[in-house]
Amino acid sequence: FLGAGGGNDIQWCFSQVKGAVDDDVAEADIISTVEFNHSGELLATGDKGGRVVIFQQEQENKSQSHSRGEYNVYSTFQSHEPEFDYLKSLEIEEKINKIRWLPQKNAAQFLLSTNDKTIKLWKISERDKRPEGYNLKEEDGRYRDPTTVTTLRVPVFRPMDLMVEASPRRIFANAHTYHINSISINSDYETYLSADDLRINLWHLEITDRSFNIVDIKPANMEELTEVITAAEFHPNSCNTFVYSSSKGTIRLCDMRASALCDRHSKLFEEPEDPSNRSFFSEIISSISDVKFSHSGRYMMTRDYLSVKIWDLNMENRPVETYQVHEYLRSKLCSLYENDCIFDKFECCWNGSDRQLLTFFLPPLCSIVMTGSYNNFFRMFDRNTKRDITLEASRENNKPRTVLKPRKVCASGKRKKDEISVDSLDFNKKILHTAWHPKENIIAVATTNNLYIFQDKMN
Amino acid sequence: MAALLGTGTRAEETEQEKQDVQEKEAVTLERAEEAKLKAKYPNLGQKPGGSDFLMKRLQKGQKYFDSGDYNMAKAKMKNKQLPSAGPDKNLVTGDHIPTPQDLPQRKSSLVTSKLAG
Repeated sequence: FLGAGGGNDIQWCFSQVKGAVDDDVAEADIISTVEFNHSGELLATGDKGGRVVIFQQEQENKSQSHSRGEYNVYSTFQSHEPEFDYLKSLEIEEKINKIRWLPQKNAAQFLLSTNDKTIKLWKISERDKRPEGYNLKEEDGRYRDPTTVTTLRVPVFRPMDLMVEASPRRIFANAHTYHINSISINSDYETYLSADDLRINLWHLEITDRSFNIVDIKPANMEELTEVITAAEFHPNSCNTFVYSSSKGTIRLCDMRASALCDRHSKLFEEPEDPSNRSFFSEIISSISDVKFSHSGRYMMTRDYLSVKIWDLNMENRPVETYQVHEYLRSKLCSLYENDCIFDKFECCWNGSDRQLLTFFLPPLCSIVMTGSYNNFFRMFDRNTKRDITLEASRENNKPRTVLKPRKVCASGKRKKDEISVDSLDFNKKILHTAWHPKENIIAVATTNNLYIFQDKMN
Repeated sequence: MAALLGTGTRAEETEQEKQDVQEKEAVTLERAEEAKLKAKYPNLGQKPGGSDFLMKRLQKGQKYFDSGDYNMAKAKMKNKQLPSAGPDKNLVTGDHIPTPQDLPQRKSSLVTSKLAG
């Protein structure tokens, strides 16, 4: 592992693409969330139609030492269905907003999936044998006439084709008046939080009829509403700590030991801004669409419309690093406001944890953050080398083991060959959701209705 | 002291100057975009960002009819002919009296995802 990171930039190659080829995208097929499980063996996607598809990485083939296992469909199920709240004349979308995996405790896998109002705990289990040789039942299930039974036999388990079953084990409902944007499992593996626009609730995974409200920013008079909660996450190691971000670009860190209702933050992270520099767009583009702790828990990353920021939890007054994702869009804010793109919620992610025993107390050798952009472009920033790259998720780069060509957007002036001008960008092709395998350099990138898997080139 | 600090300080200053210039550029670009927007929509809310978006966001999903509106519309139209389904079938509220045919078919997605295909 000593050679990893540092001088060797990762060379990304296309591995697989899932989903329909046709351009006519049905609403239901729009991917709304992507998440690897803790081992990276499973990859889950949620879509606007309320469905979850789980892919499993096939075991590494000794003869295929040049690539890691492919991801194939493991299970698919309808997680949420559309509902209508008659009391409030509210249509409740079945779109899956987030999926979070529980760490594996036994043979089955568990995940939480949520739409705007209801969180569900799903159990995904395998069945690869079935009992045969019943005395009172035929093989097809019909009951035998007991008077025809002359001898007895002991039923035995015989192997059968693998069947993967998904069943809802818990339904956590009726706790959110507003729309759920985040769920996060605590490091105690017993509790989790769910956050909507104005409130955050704490749940116990075993208890569905009760949840504790831990943050409530609803003003007494709704006319005074100035900001909403946009994302929330538990600290990866401290089970008493969580953060939530706001539409005003601030992040609050709360400690549940301080009080039952964490309305008063323990830390407030905010980058100072000169009020004379403000424009109509300032607040909108400062709204944080995603917040993610680093694996060590020392840092957190936030994504706002134009940038990714890295914050040191020990420093509240400004981020330690800022990376521009697509600064060239600043001169397009007017049209981006008109077509609503300015409200797009991009997510961001850290590279997988490379914590090995000896290097635990040192900064990771390789620290890269990734986020999506328009035109099916996605960006990666290497925090150590300070280099960044723009890649494209497109079926045109379809050859496995061919290194992806970096893309470049020409902001203004003369466009060089191979560059694309800002005006040619397709704003309907947005990459909002990306995920990084927890251990290896494998990434999952979701375009509107397709899932791309890229791997680094193995030599 | 300044002499000892030498090139280090100067480099820092140019870095800070660079940042300031970038910031000013950014602000100019934003203001230009704001002017474009205000030219197109002169009645745009005076308060930048703020409540309008937030309220709209909180009310996402509001649909179909309000029984109060329904009754008011019914009362208003006592002497008029009942209107037939207007062009805007999705906004079934206000003066339009909804009928089951007007409400858009809510297709549930019980079809396997194409990702699994």
